[in-house]
Amino acid sequence: MIISSNLSKKYNDHLVLNIDSLDIPKGQSFGLVGNNGAGKTTYFSLLLDLIKPTTGYIKNNNILVHESEDWKPFTSSFIDESFLIGYLTPEEYFYFIGELRGQNKADVDALISQFEDFFHGEILSQKKYLRDLSKGNQKKVGIVSTLIGNPDVIVLDEPFANLDPTTQIRLKGIIKNLAETKGVTILISSHDLMHVTDVCERIVVLEKGKIIKDIATSEATLKELEAYFAGSEVI
Amino acid sequence: MIKHFLNLEWKQFFRSASFGKGIALKIVMLFLALYFIVSFLALGLALYPLLKKAFPEEDPFIIVNGFIFYWIIIDLLIRFFFQKLPVMSVKPLLTLPIKRSKVVNFVLGKSALSFFNFLPLFAVVPFGVILIFEDYNSSSVVTWMFLMFIIALIINFLNFIIESLTAESELSFLPIIVIAGILFSVNYFEILSLSGGVSSGILAITNNSILIIIPILILMVLYRYNFKILKQKLYLDSSLKSKVQEVKTSDLSWTRRFGEVAPFMQLDLKLIWRNKRPRSSVFILIIGLLYGLFFYPNPIYKDMAFIYSFVGIFVTGIFLINFGQFIPAWDSGYYKLLMSQNIKYQDYLKSKFVLMTLSVIILFVLSIPYVYFGWKILLAHFAAAIYNVGVNAHVILFGGSFNRKEIDLNQRAAFNYQGTGAVQWLLGIPLMLLPMGIFSLFYFWINFEAGIAAIIVCGLLGIVFHQRLMKFITSKYLDSKYKMIDAFSQDN
Repeated sequence: MIISSNLSKKYNDHLVLNIDSLDIPKGQSFGLVGNNGAGKTTYFSLLLDLIKPTTGYIKNNNILVHESEDWKPFTSSFIDESFLIGYLTPEEYFYFIGELRGQNKADVDALISQFEDFFHGEILSQKKYLRDLSKGNQKKVGIVSTLIGNPDVIVLDEPFANLDPTTQIRLKGIIKNLAETKGVTILISSHDLMHVTDVCERIVVLEKGKIIKDIATSEATLKELEAYFAGSEVI
Repeated sequence: MIKHFLNLEWKQFFRSASFGKGIALKIVMLFLALYFIVSFLALGLALYPLLKKAFPEEDPFIIVNGFIFYWIIIDLLIRFFFQKLPVMSVKPLLTLPIKRSKVVNFVLGKSALSFFNFLPLFAVVPFGVILIFEDYNSSSVVTWMFLMFIIALIINFLNFIIESLTAESELSFLPIIVIAGILFSVNYFEILSLSGGVSSGILAITNNSILIIIPILILMVLYRYNFKILKQKLYLDSSLKSKVQEVKTSDLSWTRRFGEVAPFMQLDLKLIWRNKRPRSSVFILIIGLLYGLFFYPNPIYKDMAFIYSFVGIFVTGIFLINFGQFIPAWDSGYYKLLMSQNIKYQDYLKSKFVLMTLSVIILFVLSIPYVYFGWKILLAHFAAAIYNVGVNAHVILFGGSFNRKEIDLNQRAAFNYQGTGAVQWLLGIPLMLLPMGIFSLFYFWINFEAGIAAIIVCGLLGIVFHQRLMKFITSKYLDSKYKMIDAFSQDN
């Protein structure tokens, strides 16, 4: 589904991302981990064509993302709060995204009604603008908005950060469900090794822009990752 | 402790991301400041001889004191719009072992060093020195000069109190204008001679230096009051936390008839109504609409028909120019979202175009009453409206593709130059002067009707080639996409 080839990004001679090849098949739940500055957000930004690759390309469903815009209809993403429109209410925001993705009000209503317990009564019909919601609640809105319009690819940067424990657990349920039953390709980055191993079938570790590890998740994965990040790798 | 604060201020200034961007503006400000200093110096030096010459029988010192009242009111008004309490990022300081009162004193103390407080001295000191040379009692003149400085400080702190009291409300500038207006008229119609009162008060103080204790007391009271308000605000839950606004929803389903672009139009309308900055550009519409009254009743312009085209462009295009020049910076806060969503750039731009076109039509209709000053004006406005839609709307959209300055939607608009770059100023020239030039050319060459026809033809050409122009503009936006994303995501 998503093929990256010979991909690199340089800022003034400083190489922040360098991936020879990375192939994410359709329906995979894919986790990206790495310390700050490892290149996770850079990779996602390249995938969403928000920055230009220095070399190489990313193909999303055989579409070159930096040349055509045809990947947009089936790809949705939430990277950070700048993806929210501060002066809309959550409902208006959902409807707006819905319109862009060809969903009418009823479709959107049907979808978000499934997430009432996820929202925990703090999002819908609160008569508040998004800019006035707490960081965690903003994140919830952003995450749910990526589910509108049945996308094939969902990109979430740090979805677990800022969420309360209950919501983290619920989010894990949502992500697993999407990948297993609907065949959605999900890309997640996270600092939370436990959550990411719980949710993702495959985990790639980035360090200074390079792929260090590419693991199919198993029982031992969490231990392996913890050992790696603790700096005392057991072989 | 003050040393630390100053150090922080210094770093904030030089290390801010907008430092480079703001430097041009700072230079302009510096020149403005120099200009005012020179003007005030000239005023201070020339005042005595001029008054002596104009009113030989009267005492210049008394005349000047008669004007102090007006100075206070005008200064207060000017400061209200231009001077803001110096800001300091206090949030990180709250949990550190620093007394809150120290922070407040620092902020207030800094405000006392404002340029506004020293500007009057450039006039007051030379005037006072001349007075001494003219054999006025030197001790009372020194008292007078000192008193003037105290008054400047009183205005300074009074202004902050007024600002903090009215800042919450929507039309925050209304109360001060009303109050200043009332004070003026009370004085002007001699219901109560306020200027006389102030004048005799000042004279009493200069004659009896000990009385200066009164203004000093007033100053101290004002300072304490400022101190009190500010200290209350130094808690996370009061002012530092942004206010939560009650949602106002309105039915915008009528935009549906514009088809594809409807969601963006709804978004734009909400953008305008729900954010301080663009909302105040709506109030500018009123000023724009009345702009014609400045020219048309005046017989001087009766024979200068080329003025009509200029005013026409302005009256029918004020929203277009005001709103259009910040496309797409209005959406800078969530530009990444727009760029990664399923959006056709063309639709996004088209919605802006439709909005601007609508505004031109509405403003043209509202400007029809100008027909009172002659049918030629109506004709000129009509031509200008077509030109605005056909040419200016495209030009301004095109100019937007060079826009690299983000806008923080929540800031108040008047005199806010955030988002203003050289591009915006350059754009203004062809927008207004070009149609005036075209009109004048045909007007002086043939006649009035020919000038009008020329403008209409230009506008119609733009409308005919609308699709092609939009395609070209869209490609320009796509070209600068990465640069815009990068520029808009930089925090100041």
